Amino acid sequence: MLLIPCPYCHTERPESEFHYGGEAHIARPSDPTHLSDAEWAEFLYMRNNPKGLHVERWRHIHGCGRFFNAIRHTVDDRILQTYPAGAPRPDTDTLVDRSGE
Amino acid sequence: MRFSFLNVARNAFTGNRNWPEQWRSPEPKPAYDAVIVGGGGHGLGTAYYLAKEHGLRNIAVVEKGWIGGGNTGRNTTIIRSNYLWEQSEAIYELAVKLWETLSHELNYNVMYSPRGVMMLAHTVHDIQVFKRHIHANRLAGIDNEWLTPDEAKAFCPPLNIGPTMRYPVLGAALQRRGGTARHDAVAWGYARAASALGVDIIQNCEVTGIRRDASGAVEGVDTARGFIRAPKVGVVAAGHTSVLMQMAGVRMPIESYPLQALVSEPLKPVFPCVVMSNTVHAYISQSDKGELVIGAGTDAYTSYSQTGGLHISTHTVDAICDLFPIFRRLRMMRNWGGIVDVTPDRSPIIGKTPVSGLFVNCGWGTGGFKATPGSAYVFAATIARGEPHPIAAPFTLERFTTGDLIDEAAAAAVAH
Repeated sequence: MLLIPCPYCHTERPESEFHYGGEAHIARPSDPTHLSDAEWAEFLYMRNNPKGLHVERWRHIHGCGRFFNAIRHTVDDRILQTYPAGAPRPDTDTLVDRSGE
Repeated sequence: MRFSFLNVARNAFTGNRNWPEQWRSPEPKPAYDAVIVGGGGHGLGTAYYLAKEHGLRNIAVVEKGWIGGGNTGRNTTIIRSNYLWEQSEAIYELAVKLWETLSHELNYNVMYSPRGVMMLAHTVHDIQVFKRHIHANRLAGIDNEWLTPDEAKAFCPPLNIGPTMRYPVLGAALQRRGGTARHDAVAWGYARAASALGVDIIQNCEVTGIRRDASGAVEGVDTARGFIRAPKVGVVAAGHTSVLMQMAGVRMPIESYPLQALVSEPLKPVFPCVVMSNTVHAYISQSDKGELVIGAGTDAYTSYSQTGGLHISTHTVDAICDLFPIFRRLRMMRNWGGIVDVTPDRSPIIGKTPVSGLFVNCGWGTGGFKATPGSAYVFAATIARGEPHPIAAPFTLERFTTGDLIDEAAAAAVAH
């Protein structure tokens, strides 16, 4: 079970308080009627699925109930950072440097 | 060397010290006609059918670890073909038909045991969905029948059909031709048969890059043991598909999740079939060694960790104890995870890619083992001809662009 720091509640809580929300920073198309089939496929179905740092959404359903984003390493499941929804995507390259990998 | 009564007797008299190696471990050649990336059941089977059905003998299977050490050796070995849609029925039923003769085909005992797969209904919705499956399957010539709770209990005596359960058993769908096989033997049997036909099986050889020439077509693969040239490359790498396809610049509609299984301490024969339940989410059978083999759900988040959270398997054991009270005092011996490649419509992707010469077979998600022979058979035909086998044809990568999905998400018969 993961221990996840909620950026709103400022506490680290067990995974069972949270709900996973998939890859983060996938922007809903601003002009859906003019999207090509390939662009719809990219928005709906294509995912990075990296073996490494993954930027993902979580929701603290049994806490504050709010969405936030987390950066987690998908090999050891370590969470490097969480930040509020709407905040810009951090530079994952510098995160790798700081963690010494 | 063929296995026969005479061979077994002769080796017994010499203390079983003179069995030859079952497959060769050659050094990789600089070039092949085709390279299969991934030495699981699907990849080894693909190489076997390429050599046997299509005469491609100058081929190699390249495996990062050891053969059958990934999901092939980590699943709960359930075989069935009771899927809803015609496209799925065709490929899973092809697999079941190949399972029936696979031990003879390979001269290797894969211990296919059609002991019956019974799926429990706990809600009115379950009953409606299962009956719809039964009718669809029977129209397609696939056996599947409805059982009352008493009939289910007669088929599987340890089952609790009492009214005091949290989710009482209201009935069950039974596919009698479903069952189990020994997963390791499937990898070993295909490896041995492929090797005998000239296929090079190269273990401990991670693919680190997929090279493309100036026209964009596949040139070969960079590996831990050097560059291997090949005009055709087939990627059959389950949970690592996205990582490998990224090397060729192809984005995939796949997410990789840990899926756990666990086994109990060994018991005398007590459990005669396979039982699955979507609603309380558990599946269980007994291996020939006597261990109860129990499958859990996937973890919530994408990961490559091959472990998964303990609360997931705890939840599964809760369900098992409710369904089978006689197992309440049983101890669990081991649990582990495999990394499964899940597609948005829960159906596999088999066929060509935007890169000329690069083929992919992936997206089997939580249920790939049952399909092993069928998947390998149609993928080999697809690679050999350069055009999709008719049964593989609906399972294209393009369906996520055209919208022609094969939606087994609700119909794959287990909740994910």
